[in-house]
Amino acid sequence: MNCDELHDRRLFLQKELSTSGLKVSVCMGSPCIAAGAEAVLDALQRGLGDLAVQVIGSGCMGPCSRGPLLRIEQGSGAPVYYEKMAPDTALLAVQAHLNGGKTDCNVLPAELPFIAGQQRIVLGNCGNCDPESLDSTLANNGYAALARVTGEMKPEEVCHEISASGLRGRGGAGYSTGVKWDLVRTARNKRKYVVANGDEGDPGAFMDRTLMESDPHRMLEGMAIAGYAVGAQRGFVYVRGEYPLAAKRLRRAISEAEKAGLLGRRILGSAFSFRIQVRIGAGAFVCGEETALMASIMGRRGQPLIRPPYPAQRGLWGKSTLINNVETFGCIAPIILKGAAWFSSIGTPGNSGTKVFSISGDIATVGVLEVPLGTTLRELVEMAGGVTGGKFKAAQTGGASGGCIPASHLDTPVDYESLTALGSIMGSGGLIVMNDQRCMPDVARFFMRFCQDESCGKCAPCRTGTQQAAKLLARITSGGAELKDLEQLEELCLLMQVSSLCGLGMAAPNPVLSTLRWFRNEYEEHIRSGRCPSGVCSNEDAL
Amino acid sequence: MNSRQTDNRPGLLSQRQRHRSDALIEALHTAQEKHGHLSVEILGQLAEQLQLPPSLVYGVASFYHAFRLLPRGEHHCTVCTGTSCHLLGSTALLQKLESNFGIHCGETSADGSLSLDSVRCLGVCGMAPLVVLDGQIITADSASEMIQKIFLPLEPPPTP
Repeated sequence: MNCDELHDRRLFLQKELSTSGLKVSVCMGSPCIAAGAEAVLDALQRGLGDLAVQVIGSGCMGPCSRGPLLRIEQGSGAPVYYEKMAPDTALLAVQAHLNGGKTDCNVLPAELPFIAGQQRIVLGNCGNCDPESLDSTLANNGYAALARVTGEMKPEEVCHEISASGLRGRGGAGYSTGVKWDLVRTARNKRKYVVANGDEGDPGAFMDRTLMESDPHRMLEGMAIAGYAVGAQRGFVYVRGEYPLAAKRLRRAISEAEKAGLLGRRILGSAFSFRIQVRIGAGAFVCGEETALMASIMGRRGQPLIRPPYPAQRGLWGKSTLINNVETFGCIAPIILKGAAWFSSIGTPGNSGTKVFSISGDIATVGVLEVPLGTTLRELVEMAGGVTGGKFKAAQTGGASGGCIPASHLDTPVDYESLTALGSIMGSGGLIVMNDQRCMPDVARFFMRFCQDESCGKCAPCRTGTQQAAKLLARITSGGAELKDLEQLEELCLLMQVSSLCGLGMAAPNPVLSTLRWFRNEYEEHIRSGRCPSGVCSNEDAL
Repeated sequence: MNSRQTDNRPGLLSQRQRHRSDALIEALHTAQEKHGHLSVEILGQLAEQLQLPPSLVYGVASFYHAFRLLPRGEHHCTVCTGTSCHLLGSTALLQKLESNFGIHCGETSADGSLSLDSVRCLGVCGMAPLVVLDGQIITADSASEMIQKIFLPLEPPPTP
């Protein structure tokens, strides 16, 4: 189809949607499916087939631990959410709405901060459109930005718009997306590539899974716009092997979009062609590092290379390659449609836009939150209903490369610079809340063992450093350490930071150093008394 | 994926993948799905078909956690050891499973009924601690309930 046909199709679908009466969505994200959402959707589709109800399996609605979630929309009224649905209660809820009322059973309050407090831009379509239907995406403005770009804008104008928006890479490093695009655009390769990094390996991070599962077209559209802007004809989505549902939905979305002429050859009747392939990872955390990720796409061991040259200069098969995080691509379409000025008005100066966080751990509601950058940690914790099982002790951000932020810094705005100043990092947006029953040396040891397992083995500082650091931490947590072990641990951590080859080794000491910075007394207590003050670590735990 | 395979003899590669070294990881996934694990013979066949040195194919297969070089048991249990699962008791759960079945994580029981494994975060932290049993993510309120599920006669795994 061309741009006009796309426009007509959208109007038709939107009109059809507005006359369909009750709109019922069942969340079909991985957590809700694990909680039994498939049976709920099935019961609704069977039980309501003849009535004026539109039932869809939708993407993620946010509060994952309250699943299976149900959302009912009537006309232009605000949607009503129901939690922990079973087939029978879901039918009752829909029937109550059909009769003009609603039921109080498992209904979520309309003002629930977890839902009402969010500003959903990247996740704008998640929860109200069917990730397995292109039509559903089109009705929700899907591919409108791509149509505008291919029809009205020059590649340099696209890059300029993205630069002006102030968008920074959502994978963690926070590099300016527009500058990166311009680097690849001006590179003199004839063949270029665009890669979406969906290797969300940080334990406790699930934002990218959410977007890929819930609104795959949003990311594909962002990639195609990037392809147009930098002059690439091919793109790859690298999806973690642990996310089979995301891979399945992406493949389906690509095939549907290709059939409709929204991807593939001569997109929307223009001269621009862009093909996207899905590549599945195989369980290696290091593949989140961009040079390792490229090696993996090319079918090799995921071992990083020294940078420079950066992928923008020499990437896949030696050609200029643009690598952005899944969420970064999710920001593109809204920026094109609403403008750079609108995007940069959200968030704080230097940290424009929103960020998706996945909040888990000792928290009332586990799930996915999208808020403007600069929102404080306290606000995030409160939106998720507060800490469970005790008082707030620390929040872990940035996964295995990040650090722990203590209660005294709860009012820190969550942005790239503030978190770095506290010895943590923004990372991809995983946020793990811990209560005062948790043992911080145990957490540090957990992450160090993770890095030890995941080290690719190429450089010695990381390969042996993580092993030795994990041994020292095990000695501390099992109560057999001396104070000089602590000094040795610190020295080793600093050495790894400066001498490792890639980000994995350089950042592996962060959880140790940040817990040492804020919770040094806990380490010393383990050493002095020979036991864990929180009662978490066991004496037999030594390596 | 299997429907695309045209070569009946080893039946490992699709037409599209043949002689393409970048298809190796995809081909390993396909072969493992079909045969359950990646034996030396399968790796050799893949090397031949992709025209790659066997050492490289073995190197890739042994690098990634998702590839199994040894056969696994009739049932497969993977415990998530991500951060949330760790905080909420996955270590104890794994230890309990290890002692109940007399095997270590990464091993298969002597009668071949169960293999035990761990994974670093499934990204479904809302239901921690999590276990994947025969491809299905299981949520449970307590660890003991999950172990109970494993001990009970199991339903056959869903046919793909």
